[in-house]
Amino acid sequence: MFSFELLLDAVVLGVMLGCFYAAVSIGLSVSFGLLDVPHVAHPAFLVLGAYGAYALNQAGWDPIVAGIVLTPLFYVLGVVAYRVYFETFEKRGSDAGVRGLAFFFGVTFIVEVGIIMVFGVDQRTVQAGYIGKAIDIGDVRIPMRMIAAFGGALALTLALTAYFSLTFSGRAIRAVAQDEIALRLMGANPLKVKQLAFGIATAVVAVAGALLIIVGPVEPTTHRVYIGRTFCVVVLAGLGSMHGTLVAGIVLGVVESIVLTLYGASWAPAISFAMLLVVLAIRPQGMFGR
Amino acid sequence: MSMRRHGFWIGALCVLALAYGLTLAIRNEYAFFAGFIILQFIVLATAWNILGGYAGYVNFGTSAFFGIGVYTAIFLFKALGAPLLVQMAGAAVMGALLGFVTGLLTLRLHGIFFSIATVAMTIILETLVINWKYVGGATGIQVLRPPVTEPFDSYIKMLFVIGVALVIVAVALSRHVQGSWIGRGLRAIRDDETAAECTGVPTLRLKLLACSISGALMCAAGAPSAMYLQFADTTSAFNLNYSVSALAMSLIGGTSHWAGPVLGAIVLGVTQQALTVTISSELNVLVLGVMLILFVVGAPEGLLGLLRKGWARLARGGGS
Amino acid sequence: MSAPLLRVAGLSKRFGGFTALDDVSVDVAQGERFGLIGPNGSGKTTLINCVSGALRNDGGTILFAGEEISRLPAFVRTRRGIARSFQIPRPFKSMTVLENLLVAIDFGRAGHGLSADATEDEAIGILGTMGLKDKARILSSQLSQVELRKMELARAMAAKPKLLISDEAMAGLSGSEIDEVLDLLIRLNEAGITIIMIEHIMHAVMRFSQRVMCLDAGRIIAQGVPQAVMDDRRVQEAYLGA
Ligand SMILES: Nc1ncnc2c1ncn2[C@@H]1O[C@H](COP(=O)(O)OP(=O)(O)OP(=O)(O)O)[C@@H](O)[C@H]1O
Ligand SMILES: [Mg+2]
Repeated sequence: MFSFELLLDAVVLGVMLGCFYAAVSIGLSVSFGLLDVPHVAHPAFLVLGAYGAYALNQAGWDPIVAGIVLTPLFYVLGVVAYRVYFETFEKRGSDAGVRGLAFFFGVTFIVEVGIIMVFGVDQRTVQAGYIGKAIDIGDVRIPMRMIAAFGGALALTLALTAYFSLTFSGRAIRAVAQDEIALRLMGANPLKVKQLAFGIATAVVAVAGALLIIVGPVEPTTHRVYIGRTFCVVVLAGLGSMHGTLVAGIVLGVVESIVLTLYGASWAPAISFAMLLVVLAIRPQGMFGR
Repeated sequence: MSMRRHGFWIGALCVLALAYGLTLAIRNEYAFFAGFIILQFIVLATAWNILGGYAGYVNFGTSAFFGIGVYTAIFLFKALGAPLLVQMAGAAVMGALLGFVTGLLTLRLHGIFFSIATVAMTIILETLVINWKYVGGATGIQVLRPPVTEPFDSYIKMLFVIGVALVIVAVALSRHVQGSWIGRGLRAIRDDETAAECTGVPTLRLKLLACSISGALMCAAGAPSAMYLQFADTTSAFNLNYSVSALAMSLIGGTSHWAGPVLGAIVLGVTQQALTVTISSELNVLVLGVMLILFVVGAPEGLLGLLRKGWARLARGGGS
Repeated sequence: MSAPLLRVAGLSKRFGGFTALDDVSVDVAQGERFGLIGPNGSGKTTLINCVSGALRNDGGTILFAGEEISRLPAFVRTRRGIARSFQIPRPFKSMTVLENLLVAIDFGRAGHGLSADATEDEAIGILGTMGLKDKARILSSQLSQVELRKMELARAMAAKPKLLISDEAMAGLSGSEIDEVLDLLIRLNEAGITIIMIEHIMHAVMRFSQRVMCLDAGRIIAQGVPQAVMDDRRVQEAYLGA
């Protein structure tokens, strides 16, 4: 029953899926990995992005275009969320751990319920010319939607990696993660830099959310499995490592894809969580940890 | 001192007697049907607070414990025909074990890592149960209630009184932990774990103890659910709602005192029940989320803190 | 000479690629007043973190009262008799000063067995010797820096240690306050407690210590009677270079 071809299929699909996982995780890699914000609402924002793309798609827009159009809105959302978090927890510094976590957990929950109230509990999908078709490369059959997501994910991840290593503000964000005082001495305002970073991390989530709904149907509770996937990728990568995020995403994608082929879809949600637990137990600093 | 200790137990007995009296006095079963849910939330919030409030370890996995409680009860019922109290005791033992094991796996992690690990545990356990056909798997399982036992005249009323008894056990445990050396150690851990360890606090052991007590109570709270609904499926047994509610009710009530979660669960539980009936069940969970954020941002000490402040102001006003 | 209370042998500690302690060996005798000096970043705090168990050493051994302790968790070491204060005070912020001490009394000692009321009296007694008696019921988060440092020492004392390690307990204190803390430490020592004092304030180290060790970049560069260590050329260079 199990053949080499099936395995090859699984690996190829896994790599594509992995790039997609990297794209949905890269925002978290900034907000949690670099800025140390306990951003458990990241997956909920992701699903929010997916529903945003769905709504615009209903009006005839291409989902990826919709995702890009939504980025300014998400940027503002990120800035506001960070501002509230900073003013109430980071600045006062009191008991920030428990309450900061509870804050983002509450946000998660509100987003989920809000989506249910607006869109209902049913699964949603998007329409586009490339969705539903498939192409054959050799013996491997690849759905077009995976290719679209793969391309978008790769572009997104590479763009963000380039931003952080090449531009001035990108480097300032990396600097603030490492040495806030030094940055302050250079005359930059760490709060502004962090706010910018969190905004960008959230803006990126709009596009990632569009990719999410291209890959498959989305429902209001989809964010729950993505808590596992995104945190698994970010922790496995090593907090704040951008190229690590890509590698970790691919590792997760391939593992998931192979387990899926071998044991069936009902085990899929547990894989990323199990991997996350193993990584936390064995190598909490991840593959490319600082 | 001993007067106060006895006072608590006398009060507890009164509450229990009152609960039984209510089952005799009120004919309408709906009140007990709704009341049972609130009792369940009191137990969950109280249990959550033992680890989350006293020790500062934010558990997102209440629903995992709850769900395992539900399915332990179902397994015991289906395999052995065990009566309800045995199901609950079995669930409590299972919960303590589960708390201990997950504690061993996750309590070396701090802050968000611990919290995410508890989410991981929830999803993994849910996935296991989904793939476990004996207890119904993904489709769920129907449960036939046995006939009600004396001195009760309806099953729901019996569940209600058992719920009250469980609340008393939970509050007594929480109160004992808070007032004893265990609670002092847990607070030291919450304030500064390294300093606690260097002051002689066996941090891992205490956290494991707290996690086991908490887990046992959560599982015990889940156990009667199957009989209550006469049905169970993984989606509702492992529902994220339980995690959010336990956490929100504790934080909204106030985490530093055992009465906080009780107060939070009563206030929020009653509000939710009222909203579910009058408007919609989505709205009531939304209210929970919004209240959680408002309190976390604006009233870090919770309702108890607000009451204390109001009381102090009154006292000062009266003095001048 | 009898066996030392604390014997550190060949101790090393690395953070990533950085070596914070390199082959450190030292004996501290029962009842001794031992001074530990060295420029900033030389590894003093790291050394006592390894001894108290807040950090795990990478190599070497730590013997306390003749027994190997370097693999024991910190709380066991505290119960065996090693108490410390922190360079940056680490109070239990949500507790009163009294409760801070009660944690140490409840948990830090070899055996339990005192009744609740007795422990409270005892804690008040310890606070009395530190001049903190009237602060007993105040939240520790409301103390001044000086009071916090005293409370840290009081909390360490409440664990009834055999060895007390004080990490810069005098930083930021005025002249008379320094003398106050110094007298206190000397009194504790006279009561039989071995004391390791980390300090940058040289006249305090000179007055207090019977023996001094100087670390530089994770290595011991001098060890001996205070005056000899001060006069050591390498010690002077280390401090001038820093
Ligand atoms: N947890 C850690 N992770 C990485 N590096 C550390 C850590 N703790 C200490 N170091 C490094 O080890 C070196 C020694 O630090 P340590 O705190 O022991 O110095 P110290 O002698 O106590 O200095 P000071 O007089 O300033 O207190 C320093 O370079 C410090 O940056
Ligand atoms: Mg130091």
